[in-house]
Amino acid sequence: MKLTMTSTVAFMLSTGVAMAGGHCAAGKTLNDDVLTVATGNPAYYPWVMDDAPEAKAGFEAAVAYAVANRMGFEDGQVVWVRSSFDQAIQPGAKNFDFNLQQFSITEEREEIVDFSLPYYSAAMAVVTRQPVVERGAEASLASLKGLLWGAHASTTAVPMLAAIVQPDADPLLYGDNADVVEAMKANQIDAALMDLPTALFTAGVLLDDGVVLGQFPPDRSDNPDQFGLLMEEGNPLKECVDAALAELTEDGTLAAIEAEWLAEATGVPVIE
Amino acid sequence: MTQADIDGPDATAPGLTRRQVYEARIRRRSMIVAATSTAAVMLALFLLIPLAPGWEGVKKSFFNADVFSKTFPGLIEAFLLDVAIFAWSAPLIFLLGLLIALCRDARSPALYPLRLFGILYTDIFRGVPVILVIYLIGFGIPGLGLPRPWNSPYIWGTVALVLTYAAYVAEVLRSGIESIHDSQRAAAASLGLGHGDTMRFVILPQAIRRVVPANMNLFIALQKDVALLSFIGPVEIFRQAGVYKSLLANFTPYVGAALIFLAVTVPATRYADYLMTKQARARS
Amino acid sequence: MAKLDLQGVTKRFGDNVVCRAIDLTIGDGEMVCLIGASGSGKSTLLRCMNLLEPIDDGVILLDGSDIAEPGLDPQPVRQRIGIVFQSFNLFPHMTAVENVMLAPRRVHNRSREALLPEVTELFMRFGLADRMAHYPDQLSGGQQQRVAIVRALAMKPEIMLFDEITSALDPELVGEVLDVLRALREAGMTMVLATHEMGFARELADKVCFLDDGVILEEGPPEQLFTAPKKERTRSFLSRVL
Repeated sequence: MKLTMTSTVAFMLSTGVAMAGGHCAAGKTLNDDVLTVATGNPAYYPWVMDDAPEAKAGFEAAVAYAVANRMGFEDGQVVWVRSSFDQAIQPGAKNFDFNLQQFSITEEREEIVDFSLPYYSAAMAVVTRQPVVERGAEASLASLKGLLWGAHASTTAVPMLAAIVQPDADPLLYGDNADVVEAMKANQIDAALMDLPTALFTAGVLLDDGVVLGQFPPDRSDNPDQFGLLMEEGNPLKECVDAALAELTEDGTLAAIEAEWLAEATGVPVIE
Repeated sequence: MTQADIDGPDATAPGLTRRQVYEARIRRRSMIVAATSTAAVMLALFLLIPLAPGWEGVKKSFFNADVFSKTFPGLIEAFLLDVAIFAWSAPLIFLLGLLIALCRDARSPALYPLRLFGILYTDIFRGVPVILVIYLIGFGIPGLGLPRPWNSPYIWGTVALVLTYAAYVAEVLRSGIESIHDSQRAAAASLGLGHGDTMRFVILPQAIRRVVPANMNLFIALQKDVALLSFIGPVEIFRQAGVYKSLLANFTPYVGAALIFLAVTVPATRYADYLMTKQARARS
Repeated sequence: MAKLDLQGVTKRFGDNVVCRAIDLTIGDGEMVCLIGASGSGKSTLLRCMNLLEPIDDGVILLDGSDIAEPGLDPQPVRQRIGIVFQSFNLFPHMTAVENVMLAPRRVHNRSREALLPEVTELFMRFGLADRMAHYPDQLSGGQQQRVAIVRALAMKPEIMLFDEITSALDPELVGEVLDVLRALREAGMTMVLATHEMGFARELADKVCFLDDGVILEEGPPEQLFTAPKKERTRSFLSRVL
């Protein structure tokens, strides 16, 4: 028994070393034998728990470590840095190997940076407050048009509001989700559009009387919102990352991670 | 002894003294040097900058003609909101500034509380960054539960801007009022004019005119600070440029926004300079 | 009863006593000239008379009532006593006629239309008819001073005070201003002048007072003071200026 254990450990260790040395990612990272991953500052629930990605807790933290492991990096070889959205899409060299903070893959962004295969299809959800529902808001486009909207200015919620919801009044835009929530609390806006997991967190925790009114499923339009890992343009690591993600998707690991961290994303009505 | 004898052999035109000829020659020479060196520097920049390693990337990200033409109309439209905010804030700022300046000028002992209020007001609102005031008032006061439309970010953002800028304008006006020599007050008092009439007809007309250049500088700064209202919701040009930046992953919209601002502030600055020079000349 | 009666008037600026217990009576229609070196207290005394400066001690009786009582509103008094300053102090942002009309309009509540004939007449009387719409910086020193006099006169004061009003003028402009004073004198205005124009004082004053170091050292009719001064200091002052 002990022998089997030791030999199993020995085997794993040796495989690990061999994998890191001879695997796809060798020589393609910023620093040899280290994978530098970036995320937001702070990183929010449920993407990262308690703003501590090293704990591997949270959907994106889990995905990052899964991809790292598949590429042959031990958990201890993963180093985290923080960046803002702007820092990620600046032209020039990056201080990370890949960055994940709910970046939606878009054509225009692809011209400046590289994205991996998608790791999550994001449904967009409507967050509002109980008083607004009592005033008659419901999960239909007709009703949503008449609401006063707010959104995080840098996200794909903005073009989505313009294309699909087409509200009667111009939306108010904010620098981050915290300000969107403030505005909703101050009754300056009726509703906000954000990805479903963040919407659930906002309605459940950040607002006292928050309600997730409905969701727009990811395949609602010809340009579904999908999150991808963001890399420097032309990064040779992309093929290794994509290979890892393909594996994770095929063998169901990605779905399992999603089920573990984003389990609540069911039961929200779909908006007609 | 003729004029030509005095002027010397260099005099080329009739009536030109040799000093004028000399100065013309120096001027011509310095113009040529200036023009040549400027052209050389520009040429160097033009040739050398594109050779820098990151240039293609920077050009694509900051000076992208395609993105510029796509976003420019939207930016202009958003700028109209900045103009509107400026248009309704500026008069309110001037009025409140004038009130505060008069409070600080209160000279009778009975009005000391007013004077104290004026001092506190200017200290507080000149001492806190505008953006802080905008957040505190723009979110804070509506957060107390005001009904719509009274909780609008436009209203409270404007209130924040007005309160802050009025403090600066008040100080400028106060310095203007104090710069009016006491003899003007003495003359007005001797004629039997009361304090209110003296202020209104004698002191303020002179004081306000005197500080127009300084006030113009403040209002040029205001033209830019209206963009801070974007932090509490309104989609003016800065926010709109940010939206485009996120959509297109490109910083050119910010360059476009900067150009639009310059188109408005540069003429204003030149005009303010002109007023200052005119005043300095009149004073001397 | 004297028109203006100063008794024991004292004025201090900090520790510096500028006027020491001055007694001075000015009769109705009289012209009193104050002479003396600079710093002797002439200007300060004048400015105390129309309450521009509050006095520290003493009384000032205008037609018998004390106008210097602490707490008394000085404004009504200032309408009755006009003053003209050495540096004219015209309001630079107003034309000459606006300068003149401001106080009567605001204090006496009279309309522009009602005032205009009177004011025009005053301008004409002092040779300024064609200068009414001019700004002070478009007028010569002498013209500005004459406008300043007209401005004070427009309030119909009972007494006119003149604080060295020709000292800031070029010599060739002094004459036109003195002519105005002469005309006022002939019209019977009660006038108090602080002045260096000895010839003028000699010609027109009813009484001349020599001030020295805050007191009236000597006073008397001009023929007496100028030709036979009693005090040594008066003599030495006059010998320097005459």
